[in-house]
This record gives sequence, structure tokens and C-alpha cells, in this order.
Amino acid sequence: MTDFTLRKDADGVAIIEWDVPEKSMNVLSLDGLAELDGHLDAALADDAVKGIVITSAKPDFAGGMDLNVIAKMKESAGDDPARGLFDGIMQMHAILRKIERGGMDDKNKGGKPVAAALPGTALGIGLEIPLACHRVFAADNPKAKIGLPEIMVGIFPGAGGTTRLVRKMGAMAASPFLLEGKLSDPKKAKMAGLIDEVADDPVAAAKEWILSEPKFVKPWDEKGYKIPGGAPYHPAGFMTFVGASAMVNGKTKGVYPAAKALLSAVYEGALVPFDTALKVEARWFTNVLMNPSSAAMIRSLFINKEALEKGANRPEAPDQKVKKVGVLGAGMMGAGITLVSALAGIEVVLIDQKQEAADKGKAYTADYMDKGIKRKKATEEKKAATLSLITATTEYAALEGCDLIIEAVFEDPKIKAEVTVKVEAVIGDDCIFASNTSTLPITQLAKASSRPEQFIGIHFFSPVEKMMLVEIIKGKQTGDRAVAKALDYVRQIRKTPIVVNDARFFYANRCIIPYINEGMRMVKEGVSPVLIENAAKMVGMPLGPLQLVDETSIDLGAKIARATRAAMGDAYPDGEVDEVIFWMEAEGRLGRKTKAGFYDYDATGKRQGLSETVKAQYPQAVDQPDLTEVQHRLLFAQVLEAVRALEEGVLEDIREGDVGAILGWGFAPWSGGPFSWLDMIGAPYAAERCDQLAEAHGARFACPDLLREMAAKGQSFYKRFGPAARAA
Amino acid sequence: MTDAYIYDALRSPRGKGRKDGSLHEVTSLRLSAQILNAVKDRNGLDGHAVEDVIWGNVTQVGEQGGCLARSAVLASDLDERIPGLSINRFCASGMEAVNLAANQVRGGAGRAYIAGGVEMMGRVAMGSDGAAIAVDPSLAMESYFVPQGISADIIATEYGFSRDDADALAVESQKRAAAAWQDKRFDKSVVAVRDVNGLPILEADEYMRPGTDMQSLGGLKPAFKDMGETMPGFDAVALMKYPHLERINHIHHAGNSSGIVDGAAAVLIGNKEFGEAHGLKPRARIRATAKIGTDPTIMLTGPVPVTEKILADSGMSISDIDLFEVNEAFASVVLRFMQAFDVDHDKVNVNGGAIAMGHPLGATGAIIIGTLLDELERSGKGVGLATLCIASGMGAATIIERL
Repeated sequence: MTDFTLRKDADGVAIIEWDVPEKSMNVLSLDGLAELDGHLDAALADDAVKGIVITSAKPDFAGGMDLNVIAKMKESAGDDPARGLFDGIMQMHAILRKIERGGMDDKNKGGKPVAAALPGTALGIGLEIPLACHRVFAADNPKAKIGLPEIMVGIFPGAGGTTRLVRKMGAMAASPFLLEGKLSDPKKAKMAGLIDEVADDPVAAAKEWILSEPKFVKPWDEKGYKIPGGAPYHPAGFMTFVGASAMVNGKTKGVYPAAKALLSAVYEGALVPFDTALKVEARWFTNVLMNPSSAAMIRSLFINKEALEKGANRPEAPDQKVKKVGVLGAGMMGAGITLVSALAGIEVVLIDQKQEAADKGKAYTADYMDKGIKRKKATEEKKAATLSLITATTEYAALEGCDLIIEAVFEDPKIKAEVTVKVEAVIGDDCIFASNTSTLPITQLAKASSRPEQFIGIHFFSPVEKMMLVEIIKGKQTGDRAVAKALDYVRQIRKTPIVVNDARFFYANRCIIPYINEGMRMVKEGVSPVLIENAAKMVGMPLGPLQLVDETSIDLGAKIARATRAAMGDAYPDGEVDEVIFWMEAEGRLGRKTKAGFYDYDATGKRQGLSETVKAQYPQAVDQPDLTEVQHRLLFAQVLEAVRALEEGVLEDIREGDVGAILGWGFAPWSGGPFSWLDMIGAPYAAERCDQLAEAHGARFACPDLLREMAAKGQSFYKRFGPAARAA
Repeated sequence: MTDAYIYDALRSPRGKGRKDGSLHEVTSLRLSAQILNAVKDRNGLDGHAVEDVIWGNVTQVGEQGGCLARSAVLASDLDERIPGLSINRFCASGMEAVNLAANQVRGGAGRAYIAGGVEMMGRVAMGSDGAAIAVDPSLAMESYFVPQGISADIIATEYGFSRDDADALAVESQKRAAAAWQDKRFDKSVVAVRDVNGLPILEADEYMRPGTDMQSLGGLKPAFKDMGETMPGFDAVALMKYPHLERINHIHHAGNSSGIVDGAAAVLIGNKEFGEAHGLKPRARIRATAKIGTDPTIMLTGPVPVTEKILADSGMSISDIDLFEVNEAFASVVLRFMQAFDVDHDKVNVNGGAIAMGHPLGATGAIIIGTLLDELERSGKGVGLATLCIASGMGAATIIERL
């Protein structure tokens, strides 16, 4: 395998070209790194070479690091993985530093300029290598993404990207790229100072620059260099650094180790010379890679998310790509499904009972595109093309030729059944019928269908265009082709699928409802609502349970409660919660939409504070529980439901349980998901906590048999149910 | 154990810590030396009369750096065999100097010390010496660092003090300080600052605003609201530490917080033999000293636990104390102290405090011990307690007994 090739052009410029075989996108492996190093040595030692251009033979430069590298580094030092990582990272630093020094002596004499020429996207290590070069040229490719997204998966740029970017642009200016993983197109990247030049032919431009005999010493390798914006104890830098800790702490609630380690690498690095700063960066990067939270985040948000998107659980079936989708019901969900389908280039027939309603549903796409045009993310042409794909009508006959139907009509089994029959009368034999129901069992709904093997659930989350998860639900009779169809469709609209079996509330809602209920239960018990909300946010939930109720509205909660109570009869366990729900409903405190809920809102609907009316109704106990107790109640309420879903076979793959939890309802992303979290705390401790919580708060915390068994055997979910175990 | 006595206590007037402040032209070195000379002259301290000069100073950079204490001794008329020790316990540095001196005397390490401190806040900016706790993410995040103003507002929120409570305390501080100056209550202690020719530069505290009332304070914007709620958002950090709070009530502003000023103070401490040898009469006995570390985020509640500690250590109770000096770093600090011990404001800071007259960080601890002693003598009372809150979550206290 050859990832990099070296050639010497007639003009004396050496070209190191990156082209990983059998991959559409370059990723850096340990072998590749060694090749790059060898080519660098050869080119730098060759007196005939005037300079070096590092580029890619593919449309993009590189997508990042091959994550196996981390595993290999860990393994390389036997029982001392931290040593393996640190040494491996230092080796990487040495190679990138070789690029940066370009063969100069310690007086900055001699050497050769090295330029990077990026044809397209350059992410992660794909930008860290260019940052080590003396000048970065990028093609004028508006689709190219340039940036350091590492923080999004729980790590930070650890191949010198952190140290170099801070020295290049200052801590303040670098922070959106390092702390938020902000990506830019080449023009914006140049404006920000992330790269140096945008050119039609970046290789030619890079060559021209090299042949101009440029001065190429990096500012930080020259005497008297000062960090832009000031080092930490410079008066201006002081304020930046004091503010950075506070901002990161407040925003991340202190639960993301990568953000903390990144800041420490930046701070400590800024106080020492460049090479020492790289060493400091390597120590903190090693620290992050050794952190279980980072490992879990990489696993769920990168490796497993991608595996699911690429069809890890797709049954064998021919390509089921959707050409024409029929969307029934032009409400908020129908309009959103129409939008994301049309954006993916799929023809859409949007049907509602009234033409006016159907038109309104289509207008949602027009509005979305207008906003995009305003923000320069879209064009009038793109808008026209997208809208031309959508037919808004009341005529079922228009569904002819559809290969997928997604029904998003009112959540009433009778209405859904009528629609199913009407649709099946006009669609072709091969067409797959999907329901976007969030509460009704698919198997029941499929009874209205004359071909239940072609009937499936495709459950979107609201707002459709923002929420990345799609939950695919298999009814008892749902066939493989329907599942493949749903997965191929989700791939087309670039979302992440999970496939679950049919059961009440499927997977996501099944887990989030107990979270909300636990919050309301605590209100009833007299736990301070402030403590409940803060505890939730401090454990990494995006919204406290009470705010979540306000956003989703209490009448929805009341409706679900009434239906569940009717279905379960005496076994219904949530009477305590219902008392709160029904009181709120009776008071007209339905949530944000009525400008009153657990929170108060001003006339414009802006959230003020937790309501005194609610606090008066449920007086706060003198003795308040400690923070961890509240957090464990909120977390265990969710994760135990996930374990039960696995136990009952609703969930077939814990990867889906973890990815689905984070993308579906924002479950503490730092944990990697419910199963990763349980693995992190360990089954024995989890079982013990279940017993304590059940004793103190009720049987809903009773330890599931599966967890009890795993505690006894000392097992972890990923060892027992992970992909390796499944393959075995 | 040997007793440690206070033989003298004096201070400079406090100048506004700004470019147009009267002491802005005076160096930290010169002001320190003048105060040391005043102690020497008033008490006839010729030769190797004291063991050391312990000098509190917070921002030890530039002209206040390089062990200012030693420089000050050399710049003064004191004997060069007296060495000089600069110390920093933030706002209690001046008190810690006194306590260290007293405890060394009690332990038999030397007969006498000059202890005090200086801070030229207009010349050497507060914070310009850096601070890892604020800047180093590994500690700032772990310790939930917030600036002091936010901490003062957390105290107000946690213990239920309103803007009006704080403003009323500030108005009273101004009223008391003005009355004390009018009544010449500081005459015994305040030494005019003079130029090289002996011409007076400043003879009285100049920071005070005697006309201050609730209405004039009412117009001031809360000083820490923006940094708390918006940029960079310290309130979010505070709520992580105190998740039972929904929001921070920002009540402090320039009018109910201590003033930024220039100033210096010194206390002469010695054992019985020292007084006899120099023909000096002890004015008070230093009965107890204490220091303590506390929660660094709310940071400024130290006076409460350190007072509990000093009372317990010395076998006293709060009712044994006749007068209190509680440094007015922020109104809420004093309000919390009075609330915790159920002490009447009539016994606390009776001649005003740092809100009215200013808080020259390194000197204040020595200043309030002197102020306490003067008032015990003036009012004929017996026992006084001085205490300060301290940055990064500490507290210090001293109990003195008039002789």
C-alpha cells in the first residue's frame, strides 16, 4: 500500500501527493505517516529540490486521522497505554516539526519552503499538516470544509493544531475553531487566517510561491515572537484566559474533559517556547485519549454513528434509493419531512385534506430556503430547484409512481387506517408505506394494510430539519425490504438511523418520558425545581426536565398519560406524576405556548424564571437532596429504560441505543450514551445504585435482571453486546 | 507564653487610587519609608531595636516587587540590621503581618517587630501580578473561579441581602466616617504624607463622599451584572457550584464596595521587656490570632468561620467582644457577618470602613487593627475583634484587649 508518492518536477519543486488507495477520502494511518516522513527526508536532502508541495490526488485533501492509529499507539507500549500514546504523539510532532523547520539550521539559515495545496476538504490532521507548512493554498472550492472538528467527538487537535493555531491567530481568535470545531469554506478560512491563499490551481500557486524564493521562517521560530492578543499574563491576554475558563466551564457544565484539557494545553503552552508547548499539548492530548468519556464519545459519535449511517444493520436487499416520496399530512412534521426529502433531491408529493394546508406545508420549504439565501447558504436557483420537486395537492391520485409513502396525519388509529386504505388503492405494488407515528404501535397500524410486510415506522423528531436521528420501527410483519428502504431513505436525507422493534413509545420516547416524569415527581415531592433543572444541565442534559415539558407542552403529556393509563389499567405506575400534569393542565399552564408552565414567560414568550405559582402549589422541603442523588434519579430513569428495551428485544444493538440516545433526545453526550455510561460506572455499582434508588424512591428503579446478571459476572455492555461480540 | 503587646499603631491618610489621587505621585517605597520613620520617631527606635519589619503587600510587581519590605527598611532611617519581609495574604496581608509578628514575639523569636503594609493601587494595578487561580484553566475550572464582585453578589443571593440592604450599609459607612473625621477620632493614628522638602501632600482621607444617600446610590448600575450574565458569563459557573440557586442577584456597585485607594499602615508590636527598655507603655494585648481557608467560589465568607475559630481557640464567645472591625470589602460581607453572629451594627465598624475611606489591600489589615484600638481607648471598651475576607477563599482575625 502506498499512501504518499514523491515526484520531482522539472522546475525543481518536489510534490508529495497523498492518495490512499481504495478510499474516497484520505485518512492518515501510521504507515502513511512513515511514508510521508521518508519522502520529506528524501526531498529535504536533495540539493536539486527548491521546495516541497504537499497535496492530494483526490478531490479533497484529507478527512482526518484513521482512528485505528490511536488504538495502535495505545497497544504499542504494552501495559502502559499512556506511554504508547505520548511517544506516538511526540513522534507525530517530530515529523510535522520537520516540515515546519524545512531543514533550516538553528539560526534559521538554509532549508526549503514547504507549501500545502488543498484541492478540497481538509479536516483534523488534514489541516494540522498544512498548519505545519509554511504557506497553505486552497482551491476556490465552496464545498470544501476546512477546520478542526475534533472537539465534536470528545478530543481536541493534538497533532500540533492547537499549539499552532493559537500562535498563528491568538487564543481569542482561535477559540471558535478549537472549542467549537467551526468549519469554514476556503474563502472564509482565508479571511479568518486559517489558511493563507485561495487559488484556482493551488498546486501551481504553491509552486509559484516556492520559486519566488520566499522568506518562510514561522513567526514563532523567530526572535521576539509574541502571541497575538497576548499571552496569559499579558494584560490583554489575562482577560481572555480568565474569560475562557469561565465560558468553557459554563457552556460545557464541566462534563467534557476535552474542552478542559484543550484549555490547559493552550494556557500552559502559551507560557513556554514552541517545542515545549508541543510537548505540553501531547501530555494533555494523551490525558484526553485516556479519559473514558472521550473514548466513549469517539465510539458513539464517530465510529458507531458512521457505521449506522453506512448501514451496519441493513438487511440484504437491492438498492432501495427513493425517487418519489408521498407525504401525507402537511402539518409541522409533514412539512419538515417534505423539506428534508426535497433538499436531498427526492421528488415529493405532499397531500393534505385542504389545498390551503398543503400549500402551507410546501411554503415551509420556501421559508427555509429564504432564510438560507439571507445567510448566503443557498441561492434563488437552489430554492427554485428544490420547490420544483414538491407537488402540494389534495389528490391521492398524485401518489402514483411513489416508491415510499410517509404518513404524518393526526395521531388517531382510525384516521390512519382510513388513509392507509386510500393510499394503497393508488400506489404501486412495490411501494413501501411508513408511518411517522410517535405513539401508536406499528403492528396495530399495519392491520389496516393489505401488505403488512411493506408497512414500517419511520419516526422523525421535531424539528425534522434539525434533529439528526430517525427511528425506524419494525412491526411484527415488517419485511427486510421495507427496512432496507427506510435505511436507504434515511441515508439519502443524511440523517442517522436506528432500527428498533415495535413496543410502546419505541425507544427514544420510551426513555425520555421517564426523565420528564422523574422531574415532575420530584417537584411533587418538594425538591426545589431550581435544583432539578440545574442538576439535569450539570449532568449534560441539554434541557432540564421541567423546561422540556414546557417546550413540548403539558397537554401532550396529559394526552399520553391518559392513553397510557387507559392501556395499562391498574399496573399504571405514574399516578403521582399525573397529579402534577393534570393540575398544570387545569391551571392552563401548558408550557411555552401559553406563556406559562413550570417557568414564567414574558409577553413575547421569553422564558423568565421558574414559576412561583408552581412553587406555591408544591412547597419545597426543608431538607433538599444532594446534587448527585437528583442527577442519579434523572439518569437512571433513562438508562434503566434503555436496558429494559434491550432486555425486551426492542433494541437489538446497543450501538443504536447509545447513538440514538444522544442524537434523539440529547442524552448526556459526554457519556457516549446510556450503555456507555453504565459501562463507565460499572455494572456492580449501577446495580447497587438501583437497589438504593428503588428502596428510597420506588420500584421503577428496580434493577433489571440483565444488569443484575452482568453485575454478578462483572460484564460490560460493550464486551457482551458490542459489535465484536455480535460478530462472534 | 510571652504576651505580645501593641505599643503603637499609625497609618497614612488614604488617597484616591487614581491618576488624580493625591498620593499618585508618591512611590510605594517612599510611602513605606515615611510610615516606618514615623514609627521610629514616635517610639525612639534607634539601632537594632526591632527584630524585623513584616510588610504586607498584595501586588508584588514593579515598584512593589523585589521584597519591598527590605527596600523600605533601607530607604528609611531604620538600622540596616533590621531585615524586612514582604508577605501576601491578599486583603489580610496587613493583618497577617501583625499576627505573624505577635506570634513570633509570643514564641520568643525576637522582642519586637514593626508589622503593617502598603498598597499603591493607583500605581500598581490590582491583578497585574497575575493569578493562577483565575487564569490557569486546570484550577480556575476545578475551583469554579469567579471574580470577587461576583462572589459578593453570591453572598447577597445566598443569604438574602437586597440592593437596599447593601446601599443602606454604604450610606451608614459614609456617615460614620465623616463623623469620625469631624470628631478628630483618627488624629492619634494618621500621619501626614510629605514630600522631600517636608511639604504636606495629603493629611486626611480623600476618598469619602459624605453626602451619599440612598437616592444617589440608587442611580448606580450593578458593577458585576454584565460579566456575570453576558461576557464571559461567570454566573453560569457560580450556579454550577450552587445548583440550588436559580440566578445571581447583582447588588454591588462602586458605591457599596470598598474604594480603590493608596495607603500604608504600621503597628509596633513587642513583649514587656521591649517596652520597659524603650520606656514605652503597651496600649493593648494581642489576645488571639487566626486564619482559615474557605470555599473559594463564594470566596468572601471567611470572616464567619475564622471568627468562630478564633473564639473557640481562645475560649471566648461572641458576647465577649465589645467592638468589631469587619473589613467592608463589599457590603454583603459585613451584612453576612452581622447576620451570622446576630451582632448589632452599633458594634461594627463604628467609625466607618473601607466603603467610605477605601481599602489599600496590603495595608488594610493593619489599618483596622489601629482603628479598633483607637476606638477601644476612646470609648473605654475592653475587647475588640478585627477580621477580613480574603481572595481565593480565606479569612483572618485578630482579637485585641485594651490595657
